[in-house]
Amino acid sequence: MSEIHVDHLNTFHLDVLREIGNIGSGNATTALAKLINKKVDMGVPKVNILEFKDVADILGGADTEVIGIVFDLSGDITGMMMFVLDQRSARILVNLLMGREIHEDEVFTDIDLSALQEIGNILAGSYLSSLAGLTHLKIAPSIPYMAQDMAGAILSVPAIEFGKVGDKALFIETEFIEGKDQVSGYFILIPEMKSFHKILEALGVSK
Amino acid sequence: MSQKQMIKVGMADLNTSKEPGILTTLGLGSCVGITLYDPIEKIGGLTHAMLPDSTQIRDNKNKAKFVDTGTLQLIDQMIKIGAKQHRLVAKLAGGAQMFAFQKSNDLMRIGERNVIAAKKILQELKIPILAEDTGLNYGRTIELHTENGVLLVKAIGKGVKEI
Repeated sequence: MSEIHVDHLNTFHLDVLREIGNIGSGNATTALAKLINKKVDMGVPKVNILEFKDVADILGGADTEVIGIVFDLSGDITGMMMFVLDQRSARILVNLLMGREIHEDEVFTDIDLSALQEIGNILAGSYLSSLAGLTHLKIAPSIPYMAQDMAGAILSVPAIEFGKVGDKALFIETEFIEGKDQVSGYFILIPEMKSFHKILEALGVSK
Repeated sequence: MSQKQMIKVGMADLNTSKEPGILTTLGLGSCVGITLYDPIEKIGGLTHAMLPDSTQIRDNKNKAKFVDTGTLQLIDQMIKIGAKQHRLVAKLAGGAQMFAFQKSNDLMRIGERNVIAAKKILQELKIPILAEDTGLNYGRTIELHTENGVLLVKAIGKGVKEI
């Protein structure tokens, strides 16, 4: 079977990718709701296929400061998984988890950052294990890596990987929102295209 | 004070400007920003390259994606609007390692490799590098001011540097 190229995906491929995002982020959203014991809503997953010059805009602008928790994926499905929050949401989330009052302007302590990393770990784990269960494929995430930095700088890392094989990048992006405290963020799955045909095959829908 | 025009350069993208335009690229991570400047004509150029070497990649149509072809194309475009190659001076920024991935592949060091490639091509072209702010593990936003060739480098929590 020939490799599917990111520049030439058809609507059927996009539907499959969107459904992967739906299942993965559905599970991750449920896990988040349990973790903070609040209702969390999830948006419709978006499959973004972007020119590199537009990549940095997906998280509200290239120089927006965000917290990204990133996993390198190996196994049958390779690529990256990211859990991204803006500063404010990250602060609220940590305080919810620690049962503290919410202060907007405090700085993160090491324990806060390690809690965020662990939240990322749990959520990425539930996203990926639902995907692995569905496809019967092996997905092994790395330990979580965290960066507090500009969105563009963080997204340059997966974009460069796409740059090696084509001129566009593909991100499966789902927004989640916790209503009352307005914690919002994104689950982003960035599959390498060489694992995409494995996914299609595993789902029995390859042609 | 007149409003100076800001020209945004995205990933795998390049652009040029005459005085008083400001060329900017936001959130440089592992990519490298190569800025060139002709101090006599006050012409600036900026390329935001993702990968070090176009000859290593099969699909290399987009010249601005690579350090080598991006730099050459940038020089071409600057000459077209009046710059002279022998007068050009360079400044570099970016090439960070954003995440400490333990995987032993090239991705780990891509930032560093981008910077090395930039220095190599500039040396081959005999373009002096006046300053750089590269490496480490954080993102940078840069602005090249064509009125004086100053490169501003901003990073979160680190303020603004003028190089």
